[in-house]
Amino acid sequence: MKTATLTMARSINEGLRRAMEEDPKVLIMGEDVGKLGGVFRVTDGLQKDFGEDRVIDTPLAESGIIGTAIGMAIRGYRPVCEIQFDGFVFPAANQIITQLAKMPMRSLGALRLPVVVRVPCGGGIGAVEHHSESPESYFTHTAGLRVMACANPLDAYTMIQQAIRLDDPVIFFEPKRRYWEKAEIDLGMDLREAWPVDRAKVVREGTDVTVLAYGPMVKTVLDAAAAAEGEGRSLEVVDLRSLNPLDTETVFRSVRKTGRCVVAHEAPTYSGFGAELAARITEHCFYSLEAPVLRACGFSTPYPPSRLEEHYLPDLDRVLDAVDRSFGW
Amino acid sequence: MPLQIGHTHIELISANMTADAAVAPPRAGSAWKSAGTDGDPVSDGPDAQERHVTIDASRGADAPPELVQLLTPEGERLDHPDYHIELTDDEVRGLYRDLVLVRRVDLEAVALQRQGELGIWASLLGQEAAQIGSGRALTDRDMAFPTYREHGVAWCRNVDPVKLLGLFRGVNHGGWDPTEHNFHLYTIVIGSQTLHATGYAMGVQRDGADAAVIAYFGDGATSQGDVNESFIWASVNNAPIVFFCQNNQWAISEPLERQTRIPLYRRASGFGFPGLRVDGNDVFACLAVTRKALEDARSGQGPTLIEAFTYRMGAHTTSDDPTRYRLASELEAWKLKDPIERVKAYLFKNQIAGQDFFDAVDEEAKALGRDVRRRCLEMPDPNPLAIFDHVYAEPHALIDEERAQYAAYLSSFEGEGR
Repeated sequence: MKTATLTMARSINEGLRRAMEEDPKVLIMGEDVGKLGGVFRVTDGLQKDFGEDRVIDTPLAESGIIGTAIGMAIRGYRPVCEIQFDGFVFPAANQIITQLAKMPMRSLGALRLPVVVRVPCGGGIGAVEHHSESPESYFTHTAGLRVMACANPLDAYTMIQQAIRLDDPVIFFEPKRRYWEKAEIDLGMDLREAWPVDRAKVVREGTDVTVLAYGPMVKTVLDAAAAAEGEGRSLEVVDLRSLNPLDTETVFRSVRKTGRCVVAHEAPTYSGFGAELAARITEHCFYSLEAPVLRACGFSTPYPPSRLEEHYLPDLDRVLDAVDRSFGW
Repeated sequence: MPLQIGHTHIELISANMTADAAVAPPRAGSAWKSAGTDGDPVSDGPDAQERHVTIDASRGADAPPELVQLLTPEGERLDHPDYHIELTDDEVRGLYRDLVLVRRVDLEAVALQRQGELGIWASLLGQEAAQIGSGRALTDRDMAFPTYREHGVAWCRNVDPVKLLGLFRGVNHGGWDPTEHNFHLYTIVIGSQTLHATGYAMGVQRDGADAAVIAYFGDGATSQGDVNESFIWASVNNAPIVFFCQNNQWAISEPLERQTRIPLYRRASGFGFPGLRVDGNDVFACLAVTRKALEDARSGQGPTLIEAFTYRMGAHTTSDDPTRYRLASELEAWKLKDPIERVKAYLFKNQIAGQDFFDAVDEEAKALGRDVRRRCLEMPDPNPLAIFDHVYAEPHALIDEERAQYAAYLSSFEGEGR
């Protein structure tokens, strides 16, 4: 056992390092990922140890990052791209949606594009516009992409390595306000023993209501569950981890058990990922439900200026309010 | 009336070229008829003429001084201080054969579309020399990234022409294995492939391989961000890539003047690598300049931009109607620069080939056309469940679930005489 107490940012760094050690085809590409180590220091020290050919400081053009990564992947490499902030993924949207997602099918399976696109996501760090967004639904809606979000340092360490090993393109969301959360990680762990990458995880068992979350909201929901316990309410918390594919089996099992469901995400409520969850749960768990699936999500507005973000982001109280509404049905 | 664009360097048509000329049909019996008049019929309404062309691209048929040319439209060989090429008689005959055969495949595809067998077709008519010249410059190890019009390059990469038709017939989105031919799939989003090519070239660089990459795109694509980003990426990485721009003067209805104020090849200097303009209807020159640029790329000298100055003699696609936006006289001027006729003239004049050869190539072309037609018609519609194939490389529960559901739904109709 080679354990260490690491932040989430450092856990991803260690995961990247291990993936690069194990496979010489793994490359890192992005803006400021080299000497600086990324604006969140996730790639800190990797260029020094693996060289400029494998940790590539790219020109400042996100479409170029993804487009050239696709070319590298066609050539047999496994690029891990960093998009510096969520709001900057949009210049790359064409390459992600029309090329990265669809080229494998276009080739009738002749080409595989094992490209990982890391996107620091979500709000809560007092940033200016375009630095606090949650664009996951644009990508879950695009067939051909896998979309996942890590919520804690251990998952961050294992999931980034699993994502790199997958032969499909992966949009990998990292909750930036959780980058500094710490946990003890076994750096020598056998990845085969890690939680399967496309499976959800029940991170707190409960009996009264299922709360579904991913990425930055998992901790919020766990805090809510702890608070609810004091009020005699037992929340079961499911960390979805993978949004596409979605582990419906784990979700449905939990909802059938509790009979109630609340979805929590930072992204706007309208047409958000919660809508897909609500539709699927309604279809598959209809006779188990005591109340409709409710959402504790961001407002259906653009992300506000940072002085207002605490109003925008669903917090512990908003989650519990949704739980209360579920019981009031 | 001439369109007032406001840039002094843009030459407008002379007053005697009226809009009426634009609606004149192609000359009866013209070889171009099948590709030149299609799509929506031109309206006879009073405003129809006003919408018609006012910019004259036919002046491009007059070779500007900076154009690399090794074979004149009359079939005379020229020397060029930087681009020398020695071709055996067999090689010249081979190039002629390539040009004729790809034109035949193209005409057959246009006809198949007219008969409802293809949904659409993007004709390469007029661009054969640019594609065969550059395509024949490639070694087996080189990799090509095409647009959706590179049927001639596909031919050089040994892609079965029938496989090109699959996409246009709608049975797949790209029916060949790019790794088998070192010829990537057709890319329909304009310019996106230039970044893939550049990334691939960066991979070649890291592999230390003796190979280069060629990225095809058109004049319209030079306005795309991706093309400009690929220039930057290739430049700062000194990537082994050749950017091959077929400037066919038209991006659907938009003339070159809508994309640029300077000759396209000159853009390269701003990105820090050489650019040149070649007579895109001269297969010798296209071969020579591309071969040199590929050698430069392989030997670590970085990218080159080649602007192949050519002309889209047909419509943008079979859905387009160029009579709405360009002058018939422009096409007539370019017909005098035909990429095939000049090679034929050269072969004749130098007694490298006689009538027997030309007849044999024509027969081969006819047979190829028949073969392409037959196998296009034989192409089966895909199994409906193919919708779910290759979406992901790894197992995906939702796709599997939907496939099973749809299979069950389809089978529920069995026995209903459906």
